[in-house]
Amino acid sequence: MKVNKLYLSLFGLSLVAPLVLYPVFLMKVLCFALFACAFNLLLGFVGLLSFGHAIFLGTGGYITGSLMLNTGITPELGILAGTLAAGLLGAVYGKLAVKREGIYFAMVTLALAQLAFFFYLQAPFTGGEDGLQGVPRGMLFGLIDLSDNMVMYYFVLAIFLFGFWLIHRTIHSPFGQILKAIRENEPRAVSLGYNVNDYKWVAFIISSALAGLAGSTKTLVFQLASLTDVHWHMSGEVVLMTLLGGMGTIFGPVVGAGVVVTIQNYLSGGELGNYISIIMGAIFIVCVLAFRSGIVGEFQKMVKKNF
Amino acid sequence: MTADYVLETRHLVKEFKGFTAVDDVNLKVRRGTIHALIGPNGAGKTTVFNLLTKFLTPTKGQILYNGEDITALKSAAIARKGIVRSFQISAVFPHLSVLENVRIALQRKEGNSFHFWTSDKVLNRLNDRALELLDQVGLKSFANTVTVDLSYGRKRALEIATTLALEPEMLLLDEPTQGMGHEDVSVVADLIKKVSKDRTILMVEHNLHVVAKLADTITVLQRGAILTEGNYAEVSQNPQVREAYMGVEADDHQAETESEKEAV
Repeated sequence: MKVNKLYLSLFGLSLVAPLVLYPVFLMKVLCFALFACAFNLLLGFVGLLSFGHAIFLGTGGYITGSLMLNTGITPELGILAGTLAAGLLGAVYGKLAVKREGIYFAMVTLALAQLAFFFYLQAPFTGGEDGLQGVPRGMLFGLIDLSDNMVMYYFVLAIFLFGFWLIHRTIHSPFGQILKAIRENEPRAVSLGYNVNDYKWVAFIISSALAGLAGSTKTLVFQLASLTDVHWHMSGEVVLMTLLGGMGTIFGPVVGAGVVVTIQNYLSGGELGNYISIIMGAIFIVCVLAFRSGIVGEFQKMVKKNF
Repeated sequence: MTADYVLETRHLVKEFKGFTAVDDVNLKVRRGTIHALIGPNGAGKTTVFNLLTKFLTPTKGQILYNGEDITALKSAAIARKGIVRSFQISAVFPHLSVLENVRIALQRKEGNSFHFWTSDKVLNRLNDRALELLDQVGLKSFANTVTVDLSYGRKRALEIATTLALEPEMLLLDEPTQGMGHEDVSVVADLIKKVSKDRTILMVEHNLHVVAKLADTITVLQRGAILTEGNYAEVSQNPQVREAYMGVEADDHQAETESEKEAV
């Protein structure tokens, strides 16, 4: 199978990548790629635009960070706790949000996320403006020291692959089939007897838990959890990543995250650092105007046309 | 005798701010018949449909299905009871294949619709049944086509196949032949006739040829209220109906139907 070959070669590349590229950069890309993939599950496959997804990323980060700092549990448990916390928050927020559609859904998610943002700003365990610093990476299963970036990279890669696999599986499952039906024609799905809100809710929980997983992992990578991750800017950034890469495609968000993180890394060091927002904004506009289906989407169209 | 009636409404009222769209409608749909709902634009036909399937909530009144009060049920629950509706614009899932469209409906009874951890290959066991249904509406050879590429008439046929997959006791068809060319109209009309076996159908339809051909009972709505009810001959002779709905056109239609009958 052609697709399997593609997967295999990408997997091979991801194994050797840290020999060529800076592992911390790669881990950042992987974390954001997972975040964007989780977001894309909602936007691309259910047609729900959540404008508060950063809160799940940040929740994962804060919970994992504070547990690692204060209790000395092993990192896999820390990450698990962060993921569960984000999933729980997603269950509560999702239950409320799926009652609304379109722009109202986006506004409800934004409002709920802002609510949690101010909570995190005030709550003592988050360190407020300072955030949580010096979060230890700990010993994986109590055995493997993660402080080495190369070791950490393969741990992050494994987490990413698990998240990516789960999303892939969800999309290609009986459940995913119903999600697509809802995206395509919601009233029809209702008239066929499906309680669409329940399906949206479950998708929302999966998406928020995986966003939390990305956040938890990111906190371990940078040994830092801060307000940046729960800020609405971050919610906007994940929209950009997904649209740029190609919403509703499997690899789109990964490519989008890669491009955005690369541009940010490249620019923040140089003279153009102050103009990052403007440049990202310009890219966003060009993307929306010129190639709406994103990099991967346009590429797929090209392949379809020419072969 | 309620047992004779599959669906019944009692004093059904729907008010939008200061405007009564459906006004005290008592509708009785007899089991095993094709019942048509006609009336001029804005008479409230689609609103009645939306009330019956709870896409809108009635202001007042009751809806009974097989004698059971279903007024408080939600849309999806009504569909699971066996009342499945179609829409004015063709209700398909455009970017799924034709086969997948039917499978979405078949999948509901499988009880695996929430399984996000299993592969969708398990759905392949529904393929035979799906193909059978597609065969019934003449779409078997299009099974792997992406639905958006189908012609309008075929989309409507697919919609019917999808609906049949649920094995509904009652079908609500909202203008099934709207926007179709001559040939498609007769194909769909035949299809409706075919699937009406063992089922009850309530349809909104503008095309009086189709109504004359298919409907056992016709209810005429005007300004949200029932004007009259009866078979085609009775209704088309009613002077109020002729004035309100058919106007002068009625003569032409009738002349045509009669000449058709003679031809047969």
